[in-house]
Amino acid sequence: MSLSVKHLLGIKDLLPSDIELILKTAEKFKEVLQRPIKKVPTLRDTSIVNLFFENSTRTRISFELAEKRLSADTINFAASGSSVSKGETLIDTAKNILSMKVDMVVMRHSATGAPHFLANHINASIVNAGDGINEHPTQALLDAFSMTEKLGNLKGKKIAIIGDIMHSRVALSNIYCLTKLGAEVIVCGPPTLIPKHIETLGVKVSYDVRKTLEWCDVANVLRIQLERQNKPLFSSLREYSMYYGISKSLLDAVKKDIVIMHPGPINRGVELSSDVADSKQSIILDQVENGVAVRMAVLYLLAGKKDNLI
Amino acid sequence: MKSLYAQQELDITLTRLAHQLIENHLDFSDTVIIGLQPRGVFLSDRIHQKLQQLLPEIHIPYGKLDITFYRDDFNSGGSLHQAQETQLDFSVSGKKVILIDDVLYTGRSIRAGLDALLDFGRPEHVELLVLIDRRFSREVPIQPDYVGMSVDVINNQKVKVLWKEHEGKDEVVMIGTK
Repeated sequence: MSLSVKHLLGIKDLLPSDIELILKTAEKFKEVLQRPIKKVPTLRDTSIVNLFFENSTRTRISFELAEKRLSADTINFAASGSSVSKGETLIDTAKNILSMKVDMVVMRHSATGAPHFLANHINASIVNAGDGINEHPTQALLDAFSMTEKLGNLKGKKIAIIGDIMHSRVALSNIYCLTKLGAEVIVCGPPTLIPKHIETLGVKVSYDVRKTLEWCDVANVLRIQLERQNKPLFSSLREYSMYYGISKSLLDAVKKDIVIMHPGPINRGVELSSDVADSKQSIILDQVENGVAVRMAVLYLLAGKKDNLI
Repeated sequence: MKSLYAQQELDITLTRLAHQLIENHLDFSDTVIIGLQPRGVFLSDRIHQKLQQLLPEIHIPYGKLDITFYRDDFNSGGSLHQAQETQLDFSVSGKKVILIDDVLYTGRSIRAGLDALLDFGRPEHVELLVLIDRRFSREVPIQPDYVGMSVDVINNQKVKVLWKEHEGKDEVVMIGTK
């Protein structure tokens, strides 16, 4: 019973059995998080460095909590205020930290493929916490966990991913994860934000948010990524929210109990109105809670694969 | 695979163990029973059933404890164990705890069980009940308070307890070469 991979670089490399193992293990860690002492001693011999070259609140805190609850030692690295600003390369940064006997690296970087590059140069296990516009595997895993909690087995369930698909690593990881679990996936957004030929990944495409909501069981709503767009891909946030934003009146018109999800942070009033974000159908805060349990599972399963070479 | 004990003998032993527990704990007013995952819970299910049959008016709190994250062999190169559920719907602080496992071998599982238990609170007293005691195979100083049977086997032999609910019949078997 172990993962088929040494690193978690992307859902693309995972087998469906790997995903199921992670979700099953995460269930047990979620129980640990309900105890008075929310800690288990399993990783007390492990040091983990959080190498975050990009801004993050949620993901970094989530990983840090997961590491601490496994009793691992954690070191945080933020790019600003480090030697990276003096021009140190990625490999040098990582090798220097690893020379201090750090066992695992959790990395977020703005360049697609940075963790894959690093995996070829260092021995430690690497967890991708987001690389460029490629993947964000732990987000997809916690999304799948949250959906499974609410809907049971995801085979045949209808999941909609709505928003800036083109620039979203959460979207790509979700697509890989959900298709591997047998769910039916549709992506929805303005045509400028949906990559051409995305159907080759096994998803349907729609430009109509109402029809999409009428079809789906779950709507995973993405943030409009203002910081990733250099050219104008839609005329204004207001127009986006009018045509693609999910408001309470839209949900009421669809007359169905859809589960609403969002990886955060939410642009209230743009992709989701406040009353939808805070409604009973929204499991956004459950996603955050589940994130710690899922990350504990990932770290536990990867750490247990260490080679016993001295 | 050699059969050590069959259904009828097992049943007599389980009854005797239940009576021993009643002898020491009387009305179980401050006592709780906790079975260790994964296979100790089959034994603790049976013991709890027997106790409730013998003492129908008394409610004895019963829980299950998984020790996977407290094991001392996490990085020793073997494959990872699958965690099972932990279900303790009551506090253990100030209580007399009866930990139950099917086979006591090296004692490391019980050691892990004690660590896991102590993360839930401070029991007044902890006792250990096992069905099979492999007496001379201990690697840590752990001894049982209630024993079903003592079995002496050599190291590369494994003793397994089979249950009607799971493997079709109640039996204790020894697996492995002589």
